Amino acid sequence: MKNKSLVSINDFTREEHIRILELAGAFEKRPKQRILQDFVVATLFFEPSTRTRLSFESAATQLGAKVIGFTDAASSSVQKGESLRDTILTVSNYCDIIVMRHPKEGSARFASEVSKVPVINAGDGANQHPTQTLLDMYSIRKTQGSLDNLNIAFVGDLKYGRTVHSLVQALCHYNTTFHLVSPIELKLPSAVKMDIKKRNLVYYQSTDIHDVIPKVDILYMTRIQKERFSDPLDYEKVKNAYVLRNSMLEDTKSNLKIMHPLPRVNEITSDVDENPKAYYFTQALNGVFVRQALLASILGVVD
Amino acid sequence: MEKKDLRKELKVSAIENGTVIDHIPSKSVFQVIKILNLTEYQNQLLIATNLDSQKMGKKGIIKVSNKFFKSDEINKISLVAPTATLIIIKDFEVIEKKKVEVPGYAENIVKCFNPNCITNNEDIATKFTVIDKKDLKLRCHYCEKITARDNISFR
Repeated sequence: MKNKSLVSINDFTREEHIRILELAGAFEKRPKQRILQDFVVATLFFEPSTRTRLSFESAATQLGAKVIGFTDAASSSVQKGESLRDTILTVSNYCDIIVMRHPKEGSARFASEVSKVPVINAGDGANQHPTQTLLDMYSIRKTQGSLDNLNIAFVGDLKYGRTVHSLVQALCHYNTTFHLVSPIELKLPSAVKMDIKKRNLVYYQSTDIHDVIPKVDILYMTRIQKERFSDPLDYEKVKNAYVLRNSMLEDTKSNLKIMHPLPRVNEITSDVDENPKAYYFTQALNGVFVRQALLASILGVVD
Repeated sequence: MEKKDLRKELKVSAIENGTVIDHIPSKSVFQVIKILNLTEYQNQLLIATNLDSQKMGKKGIIKVSNKFFKSDEINKISLVAPTATLIIIKDFEVIEKKKVEVPGYAENIVKCFNPNCITNNEDIATKFTVIDKKDLKLRCHYCEKITARDNISFR
């Protein structure tokens, strides 16, 4: 994967995904090793995303790399009207790899074509956020022992969440059975359902979370945002229907883990946090190891 | 060619050698000229539009002297003029007649329908893979969204 940009989850093959997940496992055992001390990582955040940026910077710093960059467009030359092309051409002179977050869809693909150094997409608008997908895959594999043949429920906003779309597409390679739980207004887009069908996999759609919880190995919760509803009354009707409480976890499978891309608002009550089945904060920690694996393999330090 | 058609064609004088692009939707004539880069063309170029057509109601026609297009070059116009027919003329004779075909790839012709796509926000050539030739669906190389026949527009 040396010098290869990661823009979309589909840029890497299934074998490459597995290789990254294995490497991430090695970094989890030994996260602090100075293997990147000769490298400079640029984090270009054209829109703020503190969580993702800190995860990348922590990953890079723990491996000894120097980190340069900016945290939002207001503190960069974008403010002066510089084009994305010029920013990337300039910055790629100063670093060995670019990590970039940008509000426009397709910006990361364009940057990877202009840049002299590889680009890792840390989110391009509503399009792709492949490192989130990889950390989700890592979390599932680690807690379940394998990615194959699992029952996975996605709950909440399945229409607008790019996290859900990319993860569903990635899991289509692993014989997953999908349980899709959402309000009618926020169902998974048909294009993504087509990807499931193409693989001859099974999905169940439902508006009720209760029936699904006892059946699944992974319960992937997402936030339902008020602004997604044209009628505020529709939001009021569904907002409490997709909240997970600790009492709902009584008759669930012993291997069940609850995941969430974070930030959480009220869709998982805080009494769930103490339940050993709650996994969302560990999931976020796993992001550091996955990003270490990506930086190290794209920079060619590990095979 | 039927007599009636012939009479209509003759509203625009015949060319000795070159390509006739017939059955262009009237509204697309100038887009076809742009796509084929004919604005700077140095040889004889005959353009007519809003001609009566039995098949189409109104149609446009372009006659390009001394020019024979490569198929990937000419197929680009199928995106704006799917009805177009090509007639190759040598010594005033029709040598070949064919329909345009939708290409597999379109560079800098189509506008991405997604307003949040980087190609609509920076000076970048658009690139699309045609994923459905029949229903005309194009996947943007950048934002990965699908532009379809009902929301297609041109640069």
